Amino acid sequence: MIAPAEQALKRTPLNSTHRACGAKMVDFSGWDMPVEYSGITREHMAVRTAAGLFDVSHMGEIEVGGTKALDLLQHVTSNDVSRLQDNQAQYSALMLASGCAIDDCVVHRFAADHYFICVNAANTDKDYEWIAQCNTWGVEVRNVSAYYAQIALQGPKALGIISRLTDRNPADLKYYWFRRARCAGVEGILARTGYTGEDGFEFYFPPASSAGLWNTLLDAGRAEGLIPCGLGARNTLRLEAGYALYGHELDEQTTLLEANLGWIAKLEKGEFLGRDVLLRQRAEGTPKKLIGFEMIDRAPARDGYGVCIDGKPVGKVTSGSPAPFLKKNIGMAFVPPAAAVAGREIQVEIRGRLAPARIVPLPFYKRPK
Amino acid sequence: MYPPELLYTKEHEWIRVDESVGTIGITDFAQKELGDVVFVELPKPGDHVTAGESFGTVESVKAVSEIFSPVSGEVTSVNGKLQNNPELVNSDAHGEAWLIRVQLADRAEIDKLMTADEYEAFIQKEKAH
Repeated sequence: MIAPAEQALKRTPLNSTHRACGAKMVDFSGWDMPVEYSGITREHMAVRTAAGLFDVSHMGEIEVGGTKALDLLQHVTSNDVSRLQDNQAQYSALMLASGCAIDDCVVHRFAADHYFICVNAANTDKDYEWIAQCNTWGVEVRNVSAYYAQIALQGPKALGIISRLTDRNPADLKYYWFRRARCAGVEGILARTGYTGEDGFEFYFPPASSAGLWNTLLDAGRAEGLIPCGLGARNTLRLEAGYALYGHELDEQTTLLEANLGWIAKLEKGEFLGRDVLLRQRAEGTPKKLIGFEMIDRAPARDGYGVCIDGKPVGKVTSGSPAPFLKKNIGMAFVPPAAAVAGREIQVEIRGRLAPARIVPLPFYKRPK
Repeated sequence: MYPPELLYTKEHEWIRVDESVGTIGITDFAQKELGDVVFVELPKPGDHVTAGESFGTVESVKAVSEIFSPVSGEVTSVNGKLQNNPELVNSDAHGEAWLIRVQLADRAEIDKLMTADEYEAFIQKEKAH
């Protein structure tokens, strides 16, 4: 085998903006991305108590259009797309016949015959190819990722900040709804969505406007504690909120039911990829189940550490980290369903010893209403 | 920036040698690379450490980093403050956040370590990569 040539890292349109303000950059699945600006703890706390601004332009966008667009999406995604109204979004999964997900995604409905899917950066190409391969309806499927930059403004102060910059106050935009909007003079798609467990917005817009919009937002929110945040805080925030990260809690070997994502598997909507497997698992049970745990031991659990029950290996930590807001060391892992009981003690293998931890209900963190 | 009275390793530890006792920590460069330190795991007094081998870990929110000993010898004391205040590693890596003290087994080992000037040149090269 010939090793693939080393490829240059991809850059978002905000790359030089991040570098100019001293962000620490890392290779995130082929993208040169900011992992932190002023420290993960500070950024994490800003999102929980004030607001944070994230560059998530690496995320992919796929548009699906045509009279049979709904048929294609009902077949290839697990949630019930027919329940969406115009300007409404839903969390969903792009499915394989195995009942496992090729990716998780957010499906947005512009119109009955026009949809916009936000997918994970590292999966964009394979998602697009898979949807195109499943497209026996002659629907138009386009990978439009290059035409969109995306930023996320998250936190309890997000609404106040963005409402000063938008043409129409987004206070009436409900959770998981979106609309076309002008923000700081930039036309785009404003969605009340996020990946942090806080209220907030995600804005999709033309890449050329990125630096101006980024700086305008930061200036507008500075007095209220808005700071730029990197992928490090994005990960700890989503982990506290109990959200799955593709490649960790969800992959091509894990069914939606195993990953606690039964709520996006609408088995009664009719045929879709993997439905028969999920129906069988619903009736017969799953071989593994995702749980949350917090460490009793002082050491943090990390991705990939072994998990034992009564000293016997049962699986691996899918995501493990110190949780800056909760001030605990938390994680998620797959265990046999019979063992998936809140309060039960498990062990995490940390540098050759078995460190005690306790299964706790998910999510770890829920924002105050 | 890097105190001239300390000696440095390529793994970003420092050591201050007073007669036959070495005080060991991680460098300012290392703490910056790690980010917010949240946990430090260290040996106990009486344990033996070996030059070039791992004797503990420093963990930030994001990463786990092993610490390699610049010298061999017996651990005479451990910085107990770090158990409840691991963030000292970020605020004072070369001072208050020392990790362990070691009774040197072989003073000649310190001849292989870098001076402050050599270490600064070394990290400039690392940053360029």
